[in-house]
Amino acid sequence: MKRSISLLTFAGAAVAGAPALAADLNVTVEVPKLTVAEYHKPYVAIWIENPADSTAAGTLAVWYDADNREDKGAKWLKDMRQWWRKAGREMSFPADGISGATRAPGPQKLVFAGSKGALKDLKPGAYNLVVEAAREVGGHEAVRVPFTWGQMGGKPGKPASAKGASELGAVTVSVK
Amino acid sequence: MTFKKRLLAVAAVGVALALPMTASAHRGWIVPSATVLSGDVWVTFDAAVSNELFYPDHNAMRLDGVVATAPDGSVDKIQNGATGKYRSTFDVALTKPGTWKIGTASQSVMASYTENGEVKRFRGSAEDFAKQVPAGAADLKTIKSFNRNEVYVTRDKPTTDVFKPTGKGLELSPITHPNDLVAGEAASFKFLLDGKPAADLEVTIAEGGSRYSPRPDIKVKTGPDGVVKFTLPEAGMYWINASVRTGAMPGRGPGGPGGPGAPGGAPGAGGPGGGMGGMPGMGGGQQGPAQPLTGDGYSAGFTAVIEAQRP
Repeated sequence: MKRSISLLTFAGAAVAGAPALAADLNVTVEVPKLTVAEYHKPYVAIWIENPADSTAAGTLAVWYDADNREDKGAKWLKDMRQWWRKAGREMSFPADGISGATRAPGPQKLVFAGSKGALKDLKPGAYNLVVEAAREVGGHEAVRVPFTWGQMGGKPGKPASAKGASELGAVTVSVK
Repeated sequence: MTFKKRLLAVAAVGVALALPMTASAHRGWIVPSATVLSGDVWVTFDAAVSNELFYPDHNAMRLDGVVATAPDGSVDKIQNGATGKYRSTFDVALTKPGTWKIGTASQSVMASYTENGEVKRFRGSAEDFAKQVPAGAADLKTIKSFNRNEVYVTRDKPTTDVFKPTGKGLELSPITHPNDLVAGEAASFKFLLDGKPAADLEVTIAEGGSRYSPRPDIKVKTGPDGVVKFTLPEAGMYWINASVRTGAMPGRGPGGPGGPGAPGGAPGAGGPGGGMGGMPGMGGGQQGPAQPLTGDGYSAGFTAVIEAQRP
């Protein structure tokens, strides 16, 4: 059993040929400053979507209150409902390398290493990066930014961006 | 029942018959505070029989018989139950991850028979029927009913064990999981009658919030395989109902008025004043000399409240 698994893993790596590129995904997410009576920092899920069938290809980051006593923060994870239905409910939290604290308003720069987590086994192709935000006593919004992963064309793609209307500002994605 | 009250009841029947069924039918429902949960363990419920969905304007649903079935099939008691004038409320602790089923499944019997030359009528649970009606009673005619009123809630990942059919009455066998319904997305359910596909079954789906934005009911029919396809137009809570009747009905004969819509409220519909789902005069057991049933019959009703999530 064990031997066949390691063989499969090896075969997978050979087909993908990914290690040659070792690209990283650079993402900037702007958390807008909102002047509301009761402000809570948004819970945010950053995930990769297969554009063909809208399924999830991996979760990169989930910002929520993981340190909350009795893990009460997990109660609101389902409010990022697209991610929850497609990926979140299959995972257990806190998730190593994915769970993180909520972030304050302003541009948040993130680098996801191609050698780790969801990107490590991501096949070359076209994807959407989805940033989905839900805020307590606030709204919900998902912003999609297309990007190309792997050696299609050989060169890193130009940065792409999209802008949210309420709970999210500009989201920029580049493969470097 | 005073004479005045009886007059009122008669008047109510008159009004009910004059209006289209969708406007007058009393509908039983159990509405959860949430159907999709992460981490959190508690869900609170309201339960009532009403005209408008989901506003308690008629009778509270009685809570005896309401149970919570855990994802592993074990049965938990509901907690903090309280019954007011128009509505009941209770809580369920989702102590295990997966899909829970909360509701009633009741089996009841209506019967008539002759004892010492006198017609006797019985109406009650299957257990009481076995106890109270003598075995081998003369001229025995029965109408057996199966009624379900359910709601489903999922903590973390949805599971399907609570949908294992029992083979009795009308049951939902999901194709689309009820906790995976999204507004604007096509969904399909399969209905079983006594464990077999319920073909050509009319299913009514009514959107909540009828007080402020009344919408016509969605009516869909199952195919030969018992499958019904539908798309819920907007996010929100919906009441879904189907019923089957065969054989003779008391008094008014087969297919009499008061058929569709009534079974939904049956298990908890009683409340003060009795009557089936608040339909006065349906059984008629108490008024005047008992009339024998015209034949054997069977009825099954299924009601659930489902939520369409926002995309």
